Amino acid sequence: MKQPVWKLGFVILLIGVIIYLGVYGPEMPGADAQVNAIAEKYALEVGAGERPPLINTDKGDLLLFLFAIGGAVAGFWIGYVWRDLFGQTKSPNKLSKP
Amino acid sequence: MHIAEGMLPGPYALAYWVGAGTFVAVGAKSLANKSQEIPMMKQLVGVMTAGIFLVSLLPIPVPMTGTCSHPGGTPLGAILLGPAITVLMSLVALLFQALFFSHGGLTTLGANTLTMGVFGGFIGWTLFWGLRRFKINLFWAGFMAGFIGDLAIYVGTSTQLALAIHGTHPFREVFQAILIVFIPTQWPIAVLEGIFTGLVLKYIADHRPDILIMLHILPASEGVKNVSLENTLI
Repeated sequence: MKQPVWKLGFVILLIGVIIYLGVYGPEMPGADAQVNAIAEKYALEVGAGERPPLINTDKGDLLLFLFAIGGAVAGFWIGYVWRDLFGQTKSPNKLSKP
Repeated sequence: MHIAEGMLPGPYALAYWVGAGTFVAVGAKSLANKSQEIPMMKQLVGVMTAGIFLVSLLPIPVPMTGTCSHPGGTPLGAILLGPAITVLMSLVALLFQALFFSHGGLTTLGANTLTMGVFGGFIGWTLFWGLRRFKINLFWAGFMAGFIGDLAIYVGTSTQLALAIHGTHPFREVFQAILIVFIPTQWPIAVLEGIFTGLVLKYIADHRPDILIMLHILPASEGVKNVSLENTLI
């Protein structure tokens, strides 16, 4: 299937930007982390401040396990309601052709 | 924006939880009512929640500032499924982010739900329908809802944080100190969120107008123009 040139160009540009940022790009910290760092200065004065998570799921392979289970459940569920959400394919079924 | 675990003093964290809980209860009731009217409502809410989870976790680099930030996704959710249901979706998305990525926290979940769902969702939704009354087309109404809704999330977070932690400092000083860190990174992301919101609405209108008619975003008369029997499946 022939794709328009601009689509291919966009994909190449996107991959190029990702490679550039990955290899030569700066650290790029999250703005949320920067804001939390500034807010913590004030929060400490009122007896608050960043704490470790109440429920820490980052223990060995626990996250991997949870994501595998979550991915499987989500995949089956999306498959189950696929036609409701995205409709039926318009292309005719090859088997039904004479 | 995800306020980190422990960042809010107890009474404020509780107050934000109560505020968010009220909207979540309204959202749950709205979902139950709409599910009676629209059979595929729950499926759409599931997919949109997954979308909000993904979009609000996606770090997008802003080369001008050398930092990353993420869109909210809630203005689009509110336009499609309603602002109250969007608060419920935000709670679920943020809960998983707090549990799996330590992005936000459980004590700050109420505050984060309020900003994402209420500030982003309600302001985006109000703006969208306000512009639609003036016959602005789907893309531009969606663009403005996404753009302003995204910025509203960060103004909301700055307000919440400043109210809770300003202590002996003037509220305005803390509010400005927080907001000034957000704005340079967030406004290009807000533009992207506006484009994304407008394009998604336009895409659905072009390819599945029956969904927008079913959700009362387009009038039923649009269906006569756009919907053929082949692509009306529900």
